[in-house]
Amino acid sequence: MMEILPQLIVSGLAAGSLYALMALGMILIFKTTDVVNFAHGDMAMISSFVALTLMRGYHQPYWLAVLAAIAMGFVLGALADLILRPARNAPILTLLIATLGISLMLSALGGHFFGYQTVSFPYALVGKPFVIAGVILTRHNALALGVAAALGLGLFALLKYTSVGTAMRAMAQNRLAAQLMGVNVRRVSTLSWGLGAALGAVAGVLIAPVVFLDLNTMITVLIKAFAAAVLGGFTSLLGAVVGGLLLGVLENLVGGYLSTQLQTTFVFLLIIVMLAIRPRGLLGAPVAGRRA
Amino acid sequence: MLELQGVTMRFGGLKALDEVSFRVEPDRIVGLIGPNGAGKTTVFNLISRFYHPSSGSIRFNGIELTHLSAHEIIGKGIARTFQNLGLFPYLTVMDNLLLGQHCRVRTPVLLQALHLPGARHEDRQMRVRAGQLLEQVGLAQLAPAYVAGLPYGVQKIIEFCRALVARPRLLLLDEPAAGLTSAETEAMAGFIRGARDQFGVTVLLIEHDMSLVMKLCERVIVMDFGQVIAEGTPAQIQHDPQVIEAYLGRPAEEAPHA
Repeated sequence: MMEILPQLIVSGLAAGSLYALMALGMILIFKTTDVVNFAHGDMAMISSFVALTLMRGYHQPYWLAVLAAIAMGFVLGALADLILRPARNAPILTLLIATLGISLMLSALGGHFFGYQTVSFPYALVGKPFVIAGVILTRHNALALGVAAALGLGLFALLKYTSVGTAMRAMAQNRLAAQLMGVNVRRVSTLSWGLGAALGAVAGVLIAPVVFLDLNTMITVLIKAFAAAVLGGFTSLLGAVVGGLLLGVLENLVGGYLSTQLQTTFVFLLIIVMLAIRPRGLLGAPVAGRRA
Repeated sequence: MLELQGVTMRFGGLKALDEVSFRVEPDRIVGLIGPNGAGKTTVFNLISRFYHPSSGSIRFNGIELTHLSAHEIIGKGIARTFQNLGLFPYLTVMDNLLLGQHCRVRTPVLLQALHLPGARHEDRQMRVRAGQLLEQVGLAQLAPAYVAGLPYGVQKIIEFCRALVARPRLLLLDEPAAGLTSAETEAMAGFIRGARDQFGVTVLLIEHDMSLVMKLCERVIVMDFGQVIAEGTPAQIQHDPQVIEAYLGRPAEEAPHA
């Protein structure tokens, strides 16, 4: 039993890095606009379908299809921002429900344009897996880890070192004062939404080969990303990464040692336990008195 | 420099400002005073473009401000502070001051993220400016500290610095001395005067501390019930019967007993 442990961990990290990527997008949106985006999974679903359609229907190369998916993600995110703009001052619960509405809309549109069947999605890289000390790392998984790391670091650099990043952080804390500083809050808000959903699109096209693609698979991924974000504290980017990786590994351990059928149950259990014993998450800042 | 003309502001049925007109001449420190609810902060919010006036015009150096968005105001040279602090509590003091210069950033975002030399140069310049200002107010050692943990009086000074670091032509200060000890008030008065003398910044300030207003301001505008009721030098204002009535009520023998 113990000999499969390293393998379970490595595969778990690869899956977890994609949960983290999905969670990073949600957190970026949440941090700048206070909105928890429950349409994040559907945005990734539509984006992935766009990539698939380009590849299968129009015989475009993989990289072009992925670029189109990222662009689609950005557009969907920006559109959601425009849709929600009139309700900007509504309570956060209202906004959350509104994103559920967007989720349903996207799901219906997805069904209309892409159909209801489950389809396979190509891997980014195929070929002989890397074998390191008996542990197998597929090329796709290696890419997923690499892409997640690169985008995570890129996002960190954006928020930490750029004026737009500082503006995003500032906007989350005091919207009026940010405007006074000359921050065009509408543009920054649209940008956060676009970037967040684009990150989701990247996660989508990398997860789709593993879980297959239909209208609902990304919802499952979203729930896992949500769990990762909760685990990490929902306001911390690093927390999302740690939460995502941890979740990927734990989920794989449950699958490997207990039962694969319990994996999703385990994720929900983790959310509940985490919220009960440490609502601020592993790395999140304490939050008091948010308008509900 | 700044000119309000017939500015009226209605919130529903309430007339918060009624045909307010006044001018602020360059290089002056001007006080805007009046009892609570007189409409002083409303004036600031109109200049900052958080509100849109029901009617009237607000011109700054010949530019009609009512045509601009809130985030465009600082680019025209107007910075402000808030009555209850408008700092970003979970950013460091330095980041707050860097945001103050947000409107001056020229490097494209991508270059900033990559930390290329051009971006680093601009970033360093902004940090130097912010550092010098903190040095002048004696808070240089607080640059890396998070704002949230700092004492109120210190936060007030930092917010003042953040407004100043944008190199504004006009500084709107909403109760800069509220909540400060008399020693801190004294220091704040020095900083405000310094901003004008050193950087040539025109100052329009709302303040309830009358001794500060009388000491600091060269002109005073008095508001009551959404109207300008008097304007003049501190000495003139102190002897204006309308002002005295607005502040102290009518003489005791006329006032109804409670």
